[in-house]
Amino acid sequence: MQQLPITLRINGRAYSMDVDVRTSLLELLRGLGFTSVKEGCGVGECGACTVLVDGVAVDSCLYLAVWADKRAIRTVEGECADGRLSPVQEAYIEEGAVQCGFCTPGLVMTTTSFLEQRENTPLTREEIARGHAGNLCRCTGYQTIIRAVQRAADKQRRSGRR
Amino acid sequence: MFAMENYHRATDLNDAVRALAAHPEARVLAGGTDVLIRLREGDGAFAHLVDINGLDELRQIDMDTSGTIRIGALATCTRIIEHEIIRSHLPVIAASLATIGGPQIRNIATMGGNICNGAVSADSACALLILDTELVIQGPAGERTVPILGFHTGPGRTILRRDEILKYFLFRPGQYRGIGAAYCKYAMRSAMDIATIGCGAALRMEGDIITSLKLAFTVAAPTPVRCPRTEEAAAGRRLDEETLALLAGIVEDDVQPRTSWRAERDFRMHIIRTLVQRVTREAANQQGGN
Ligand SMILES: Cc1cc2nc3c(=O)[nH]c(=O)nc-3n(C[C@H](O)[C@H](O)[C@H](O)COP(=O)(O)OP(=O)(O)OC[C@H]3O[C@@H](n4cnc5c(N)ncnc54)[C@H](O)[C@@H]3O)c2cc1C
Ligand code: FES
Ligand code: FES
Repeated sequence: MQQLPITLRINGRAYSMDVDVRTSLLELLRGLGFTSVKEGCGVGECGACTVLVDGVAVDSCLYLAVWADKRAIRTVEGECADGRLSPVQEAYIEEGAVQCGFCTPGLVMTTTSFLEQRENTPLTREEIARGHAGNLCRCTGYQTIIRAVQRAADKQRRSGRR
Repeated sequence: MFAMENYHRATDLNDAVRALAAHPEARVLAGGTDVLIRLREGDGAFAHLVDINGLDELRQIDMDTSGTIRIGALATCTRIIEHEIIRSHLPVIAASLATIGGPQIRNIATMGGNICNGAVSADSACALLILDTELVIQGPAGERTVPILGFHTGPGRTILRRDEILKYFLFRPGQYRGIGAAYCKYAMRSAMDIATIGCGAALRMEGDIITSLKLAFTVAAPTPVRCPRTEEAAAGRRLDEETLALLAGIVEDDVQPRTSWRAERDFRMHIIRTLVQRVTREAANQQGGN
């Protein structure tokens, strides 16, 4: 099957390769070792495969790898810098919002883009729930996740960084 | 891996139309939230794809000096919802698209794909119908402009020929200025669910008299529909409980809901009667702001 050349950045690092046009971004990323990107449903329902493409949260299972050409991808692997977790990751741990952890990388990326787009705007529970409606978690019951998002937003406001 | 047999990445709109004309079995790929699901399910009808996802020329959202608003077929739901022109002038479009899927889906899904897919549940359909939106379509022989009314011809079917591409949606000022409009999606869950019934209404009032009502439903017939009998009965009447009750009776002649695993016919009819009243009231509340 047809191969197309693409160049992209993943977590800040440049990659160039030929990809089979049938490949999803999920398959490409997992193939390169970014195994935080999980396949839960493969049909856009669960959000376990959420990554950021130029800062925008997408389900990588429903995204062609060739569409990532010339774009910047972020996965959870890139969120901790110099061994330090991101404020969102810290907040998930502090609120106990992680049980089996399968949904966590996708949720962390959803929260990350959600908060980057709403810097310094007060958040209601309602908005947080709506902003995370594309991610399923079968363990936590969501209360701890909503608290984690609120906590991450507070951290962001206090520190002035994301 | 998606079960594709042939893939053409279009370089521009003409290239895309040429590729479709040259390969009769080829289908358009936009945001892929319907197409890629079909491929996952092994639907051979989508094995040959012409990918228009990269065509920036189909992503514009703008307004000309006459007030006509244009939304490119490839504009994503999120971009349309957040756009200043849409927020100020077509809030019912933004409200409708906000009911689609979840954030990740809205970030990728296009309004063009929502309407070309032909789904009877498409959440943009009611708003497009009550605004009498025009669709500009490109084919090998040139472009044509058609009204949204009549675009859908059956479940999953539209008037689009295999080698035609929807370019953009046009909203005329005469349609959207001075109206109050609302959309309500009745679904089992508040997010990530397909409509059991969708209802949109656009209202013009003079004092408390309805000068015109436009009413549309999804999942109430084999295609999204307008409600001519109800609309005619509403014109010239005072907007009060009596009128709303009357409209809730007449609307039964405008729709043909059916039973599916999601809901029984009678339950759907009950929702339809309820929504006529609720959405018409809501449209009246929205009037003034445009
Ligand atoms: C998890 C999930 C939840 C969803 N929830 C909803 C929902 O709540 N409400 C709802 O209405 N829909 C929903 N959908 C369906 C889908 O997201 C929408 O219909 C979406 O708007 C389709 O747009 P797209 O760009 O992804 O289309 P695609 O999948 O790329 O295309 C859809 C169809 O339209 C054709 N097409 C696309 N663009 C053009 C064009 N410009 N010219 C000609 N033909 C074209 C394609 O050939 C195909 O037949 C959901 C889908 C998923 C996966
Ligand atoms: S695996 Fe992508 S949304 Fe579930
Ligand atoms: S922690 Fe198990 S699915 Fe969310």
